[in-house]
Amino acid sequence: MSDHKTMTLTLIVWRQKKANDPGKFETYTAKNITEHHSFLEMLDCVNEDLINSGIEPIVFDHDCREGICGMCSQVINGAPHGGQDRTTVCQLHMRKFKDGDTIYIEPWRARAFPIIKDLIVDREALDKIIQAGGYTSCHTGGVPDGNTILIPKPIAEEATDAAECIGCGACVAGCPNGAAMLFTSAKVSQLALLPQGRPEAAARVKNMTATMIECGFGNCTNHYECQAACPKGVNVKFIARMNREFIKAQFA
Amino acid sequence: MILDGKCPTGPIEKSWDKHRFDLKLVNPANKRKYNIIVVGTGLAGGAAAASLGELGYNVQAFCYQDSPRRAHSIAAQGGINAAKNYPSDGDSILRLMYDTIKGGDFRAREADVWRLSQVSNNIIDQCVAQGVPFGRDYAGYLDNRSFGGAQVSRTFYSRGETGQQLLLGAYSALSRQIKLGSVKMYNRREMLDLVVVDGVAKGITCRNLITGEYESYAADAVCLCTGGYVNVFYLSTNAKGCSVTANWKAAKKGAFFANPCYTQIHPTCIPQAGEYQSKLTLMSESLRNDGRIWVPKKKEDVGKRPEQIPEEDRDYYLERKYPSFGNLAPRDISSRSAKEQCDEGRGVGPGGRGVYLDYADSIKRLSEKIICERYGNLFEMYERITDDNAYKTPMRIYPAPHYAMGGLWVDYNLMSNIPGLFVLGEANFSVHGANRLGASALMQGLSDGYFVIPYTIGGYLATVKPSGTATDNAEFKKSVDDVKKSTDKLLSINGKKTVTEFHRDLGKIMWNNVGMARSKESLTEAIKQIPVLREEFWKNVKVTGTGAELNQQLENAGRVADFLEFGELLARDALHREESCGGHFRVEHQLPDGEAKRNDADFTYVGAWEYKGNDKEPELHKEPLKFETIHLAVRSYK
Repeated sequence: MSDHKTMTLTLIVWRQKKANDPGKFETYTAKNITEHHSFLEMLDCVNEDLINSGIEPIVFDHDCREGICGMCSQVINGAPHGGQDRTTVCQLHMRKFKDGDTIYIEPWRARAFPIIKDLIVDREALDKIIQAGGYTSCHTGGVPDGNTILIPKPIAEEATDAAECIGCGACVAGCPNGAAMLFTSAKVSQLALLPQGRPEAAARVKNMTATMIECGFGNCTNHYECQAACPKGVNVKFIARMNREFIKAQFA
Repeated sequence: MILDGKCPTGPIEKSWDKHRFDLKLVNPANKRKYNIIVVGTGLAGGAAAASLGELGYNVQAFCYQDSPRRAHSIAAQGGINAAKNYPSDGDSILRLMYDTIKGGDFRAREADVWRLSQVSNNIIDQCVAQGVPFGRDYAGYLDNRSFGGAQVSRTFYSRGETGQQLLLGAYSALSRQIKLGSVKMYNRREMLDLVVVDGVAKGITCRNLITGEYESYAADAVCLCTGGYVNVFYLSTNAKGCSVTANWKAAKKGAFFANPCYTQIHPTCIPQAGEYQSKLTLMSESLRNDGRIWVPKKKEDVGKRPEQIPEEDRDYYLERKYPSFGNLAPRDISSRSAKEQCDEGRGVGPGGRGVYLDYADSIKRLSEKIICERYGNLFEMYERITDDNAYKTPMRIYPAPHYAMGGLWVDYNLMSNIPGLFVLGEANFSVHGANRLGASALMQGLSDGYFVIPYTIGGYLATVKPSGTATDNAEFKKSVDDVKKSTDKLLSINGKKTVTEFHRDLGKIMWNNVGMARSKESLTEAIKQIPVLREEFWKNVKVTGTGAELNQQLENAGRVADFLEFGELLARDALHREESCGGHFRVEHQLPDGEAKRNDADFTYVGAWEYKGNDKEPELHKEPLKFETIHLAVRSYK
């Protein structure tokens, strides 16, 4: 709104033309930003200025802009998604910053997520982990009535807590080891908790963790940075559950 | 031309079962000889690709995002309808059909809606089997909530993120098929043309969004599952990448565009905060279960804090005007009522474009804890965006473009008028008539993808010879050349105005003239202004960078270029439809109390438009609608 006072900010942004280019930080100024701008709207304004002054705009992944598609992926001042509790970049608002601030903006940095351009990385490795077993092998049609499978509310709720994961990869970006344990454990746990997922539980946890390692993700050494970075509040207890499932699977 | 929807005849209760029996089959050994392209991986596309791959067809699936899990179906919050009648509150397949037809203001096909209602029950079973974590009660049974336009509780949900859970269910089924090799997935591809060979859909042209290369793909059938077009208004609840491009390219290749003027403006969105705003955020309709909508009775109270306005000075206008449905009146009615209140000067918040959605009574009745359990994530989202705590002060909401009921014309088999081109989900026009009820979009997407296309596509493929995936036909090359020419042109203009500025300008024309209230004057004005803006675009747009790299400006420029053509068609359709129905409200056609006045004698038909060139008027084809099971009646929610 025009009646709000505006902010001027200094942005230090990672620019990288292509996957194999070295890349470097560039400095830009964001002007006339209000507290109601979302972080991405602030970047939109900067990009419009860049276009008008003949500079190529900053590219970044984004789509739904309501915190659910998992597309947006920026490390802001060292914190994936900017560090506000349970908030994606697109839901981060400029009222969390103040006039004159300097903001560092980088892409997800992890071995398994090669940079494509500027702030955009390749997260296909996360798809590969799901393809390795993140499903029940049911057919389309020929399934029983929904109410023949009774699921106690606390179990359904816990499975939903795990299913909150939006696959953004912030857990990987936040982890000093570049591990995808929180991501993988969320899907393993959701399906291990539910009776529909039990028949394939052992094979699932083995295949998904093996793919995780193949894709170049690191191991968990209990930093809990993943949980701190997760915009959906997925809890590290699911990593413990996955470890249990993994050990059980060795005897299955 | 009079269009034939090829609906089955005879008793409606048997129509889908009979049709399934009558459809030709492709035997299992032959299925692997056929190739199918699926564009879009939302609920319709994800479910279709997974199911068709599982049946044994060779499927190639495409999405513009970096993963099929990100399609905008994921943002649906409230729930999915099904006629399970688990609460024993009077629901049935027929009642779901009735509510959907009536909700759509009698502008949908009966047979399609019957089928949707029938398979709605299979969808719930399917999703449960996939491990979708639906809300449950303490005995472990599936729970239901209420939604607009219905007097039964038939909505299944997963917190305020039902779309996410259903989409991840479809994505997991799709992932399984990708692993098995029956589906080949192409991420970060945008379909920029449909390839038609001898009048039959045979493939697509895509741009690889990473490398900028143009790619041709051939198949025996193409399924467009490419969503809706309300980003034509610029500000909407759609994702930023949602566009009309795939559908519009198909329309330019001869597919008829049906009922483009049926757009849904959703009543519960967070009001716009400023010019720079890039999208509007929806707050689930389920909020209306427990929230009460009001504005101050007196204009002089609009500037006060809501808690300073005593109960007797508040106008709970939906409860007053529609006592039997109250705050759960259908979306079109609720949106229009909000606009009326604001037009009368009783709107609240910046610019006077907002109404209150108040939880104080529910919190008193149920406790803050229960409200938090039901809507906690929505309240959190509201606070992140507005900095207001809705447990303490009412939310402010305002309508926003949300969903397109119109779409490419399809027959009962979901095939367009171009043989081999199928259209699923929001991208087609089929079941929602002139207004979609809440929790019905997820139902339609999954119905089309899991339970309709696997049958009906077989009926088509059984009649054609498999033609392989070779793209050596001259039409493929021509299509790539055309696409290349158009993108090269966009890059060469180097004008003064950015793509976003043009999109915003188009959005203003559309919202002001073709929005919630339309008139002959406003529509004529839009039809005058859009071509002018389009011409300016092709002379003065500035697109930076090159075509041979990841270039988001170029992607957007292509989408806006298509909206600039399509927007005119939308306005023309709205101008031709001399009646008010559902989301299409013409101020000339209203009842004395301001309700929509349909003109059944002249407009009980689907209006399907044939593209004739940008400088020529499109040609209208009609498919008459017959109502044999549910009688045409004035829609009343009083």
